[in-house]
Amino acid sequence: MALIELNKNGIYCAEADVYIDPWRSVDKALITHGHSDHSRPGHKSYLCTHASVPIIKHRLGSKINIAGIGYGESIMVNGVKFSFHPAGHIIGSAQIRAEGKGEVWVISGDYKTENDGISGCFEPVNCTHFITESTFGLPVYKWKKQSKVFDEINNWWSLNKSLGKTTIITAYSLGKAQRILHNIDSEIGKIFCHGAIAKMNNAIRNSGIPLKDTLLIEKESKPQDFAGHLIIAPPSALGSSWMKRFKNVSVGIASGWMMLRGARRRRGADRGFVLSDHCDWDGLNESIKATGAENIYPTHGYTQIYSRWLREQGYNAQPLETEFEGESLEKKEE
Amino acid sequence: MRLFADLFLELDQTTKTNEKVAALSEYFKNAPDQDKLWTIALFSHRRPKRTVTTKFLRQWAAEVANIEPWLFEDSYHIVGDLAETISLITPKKTKSSSLSLSDWIIAIKNQVGHSEAQKKEFVIDAWSSLDQEETFLFNKLITGGFRVGVSQKTIVKALSKLTGKEENRIAHRLMGSWSPETESFKHLIVDDNPKDDLSRPYPFYLAYAIDKEIEELGAVKDWQIEQKWDGIRGQIIKRNNEIFVWSRGEELVTDKYPEFENLKLLPLDNFVIDGEILPFKNGKPLSFNDLQKRIGRKNVSKKLLLEIPVILMCYDLLEYDGKDIRELNLVDRRKHLTEIIMTKNEVIIDIPLHLSQELVFQNWAQVTNAREKAKRDGIEGLMLKSRMSTYKSGRKKGEWWKWKVEPFTIDAILIYAMRGHGRRANLFTDFTFAVHDGDKLVTFTKAYSGLTDAEFLEVTKFVKKNTIEKHGPVRMVKPELVFEVAFDDINPSKRHKCGLALRFPRMKRWRKDKEAEEAGTLFELKSLLEQKQSRPLD
Ligand SMILES: [Zn+2]
Ligand SMILES: [Zn+2]
Repeated sequence: MALIELNKNGIYCAEADVYIDPWRSVDKALITHGHSDHSRPGHKSYLCTHASVPIIKHRLGSKINIAGIGYGESIMVNGVKFSFHPAGHIIGSAQIRAEGKGEVWVISGDYKTENDGISGCFEPVNCTHFITESTFGLPVYKWKKQSKVFDEINNWWSLNKSLGKTTIITAYSLGKAQRILHNIDSEIGKIFCHGAIAKMNNAIRNSGIPLKDTLLIEKESKPQDFAGHLIIAPPSALGSSWMKRFKNVSVGIASGWMMLRGARRRRGADRGFVLSDHCDWDGLNESIKATGAENIYPTHGYTQIYSRWLREQGYNAQPLETEFEGESLEKKEE
Repeated sequence: MRLFADLFLELDQTTKTNEKVAALSEYFKNAPDQDKLWTIALFSHRRPKRTVTTKFLRQWAAEVANIEPWLFEDSYHIVGDLAETISLITPKKTKSSSLSLSDWIIAIKNQVGHSEAQKKEFVIDAWSSLDQEETFLFNKLITGGFRVGVSQKTIVKALSKLTGKEENRIAHRLMGSWSPETESFKHLIVDDNPKDDLSRPYPFYLAYAIDKEIEELGAVKDWQIEQKWDGIRGQIIKRNNEIFVWSRGEELVTDKYPEFENLKLLPLDNFVIDGEILPFKNGKPLSFNDLQKRIGRKNVSKKLLLEIPVILMCYDLLEYDGKDIRELNLVDRRKHLTEIIMTKNEVIIDIPLHLSQELVFQNWAQVTNAREKAKRDGIEGLMLKSRMSTYKSGRKKGEWWKWKVEPFTIDAILIYAMRGHGRRANLFTDFTFAVHDGDKLVTFTKAYSGLTDAEFLEVTKFVKKNTIEKHGPVRMVKPELVFEVAFDDINPSKRHKCGLALRFPRMKRWRKDKEAEEAGTLFELKSLLEQKQSRPLD
């Protein structure tokens, strides 16, 4: 029996009786990051990075039994050594390394190779078995440098401002929203956050990570109070009644899916910005190579296609049928 | 190419006509004249032919991207657009190019007759000197597949803004068989042209659907009642012995209907007739489907002219002997109209003008019966015009009414498609339609019936090529095709996202003459509902 296997509850290490990002309730869960498809409610105990603790508590309630661990620190569970390593995906995100029975496994969780300034810097970890995400595992997905994308976003905001318009950008309330807040040019105007994002920001601030101050959208505020300014809202706000209170708006979506014209057009937003917290095609290929692993198990997204490609590159690759949902354009947050 | 790519991006990012006009105006201000001309040509379906087969493009793209053909094909399948897939998959540009849009088009045209190896070199070199958006456009141009959601009207508006010339003058100048290779922007658009005035049409007078009991209209004898013809509303102008044909979209369509050139043979000159362009053969109208074949075609073949000839079913006369007579009453205008039509001499040559006959009734009950009969005969309905009415501009209530057999229709955009059952299992026949709601599209109904097998086959091909996303058996397609959807009734509904429910919706016809941006709106649907609710039940 291999050190890591998949069972109906999730990715499982039998030797240690520990799960990684399980989707059904288990006793011991190691969590890569705070997105809802990776950190689910109902486990008896949670272990994640220190920075993830307040995020997961905010999501699942403060009563959960949760402990934090530092990047690079390790714990031994029944002879298996587990350690957490930066994944660069969102604040607190980690890859989890497991060593035992002469095998080294790394479960990537979600990750990206570009340093976005607040999510830590992805580090390839040597291993023989690598469970990698492949949300954007197609050669059509190639990201521009973050600085270029933020130039586009800043220019768009400035243009809207000059036209007296309100700028609304949609982004996941955990991860993308903070990334935008961190990198956007706050000299252009005021920044408002949707309530869900404001609450998430507070949870993150409370854990000691500084974020720019933002304004709340008050009940009594009028549409013209937002003219020229920026509002960061979750994707679920698109087309909602919450959105209708703002007038004369330009709406942008920040997501990796905005790479495709069809996706941009049918969202009905004014602008699509290609900004993803996942690896692009080259990022995946380079990261996999850097691990030195021979056995690769893609999850999320185009797993079949990506596995076939990896096999042609000489890897032992098989898709792992997990219940992670990956980045989606629909209302659910990843 | 950068300037054009920016324009394309802006047009692509908005569904609002005024923003499209603004983007085009800005572009026309800055682009070189030759590029302006090519842009107009591309946007008015004068695109260059394909010079390289897509089979080769796919091969070469996989080759330069250093991936196996299967991976290219899988990616293409997911992206859904070949030009876009190639633009995303090929490596970033390694050099820069200062070639303009027109330079590229000429270079592409020059590939005709080149060997495969020469073409390959040209294409790969282009890919390595253009950025992603430019590569996308280059691919669209070289595959002859350039399409953009901009109507002729939008371009006309932008050019009118740029030059200060009236829209219908610009529209007139854009028509015909000019080519950017032999024409100049200055000559085509900017210079004064004495013909501008000659071709100028009048705004159409449009009727409302009747919103009261028929008896409330007063005495039957005060009304001129005609059949509602099912063609396209048009205006034919003869001035200085030249002929101009305008359709209701204020589009100049003279070239599409060469039949009307024969009006030059009429002894009378300087008049403007309002009527319905109808496909008409052996003394009776053909179907609207037949007319579609004419509408879609920019250049009509002799064969098609013989197969589906058109006439003008004349309703009204707006100008007579060079004078605007719209202030005369309908009776007097009609007298002059009859006069003109009577001068035709069918023995010598066929003059395709028919008078829309007046239907004579003694009382409203007879009119109601006629409408019932019309329903059985597949006729659209009746037109009721007050004999005292002057010819007004636009949609006005009170003196002109349409009394349709089909109470409700709307132009809608196809956005989802599913396969049919049984005999039609290999065709996409189950469609979901949307209308505009501000800058969004909202779905409002499904419809399954109303098209011929040949049309379903054509739509099926479109669906396969233009799938954006698959949800099980349902395909989401690019919002491009427009259909006129007819329905028997409309009611408010909490269950439906759009707040409305239709009864017995069906596709009445495929509107190949319309771009998606010209389709109907949620507002229109809601006003149909309001109109209905304010009307006593019949
Ligand atoms: Zn995630
Ligand atoms: Zn994930």
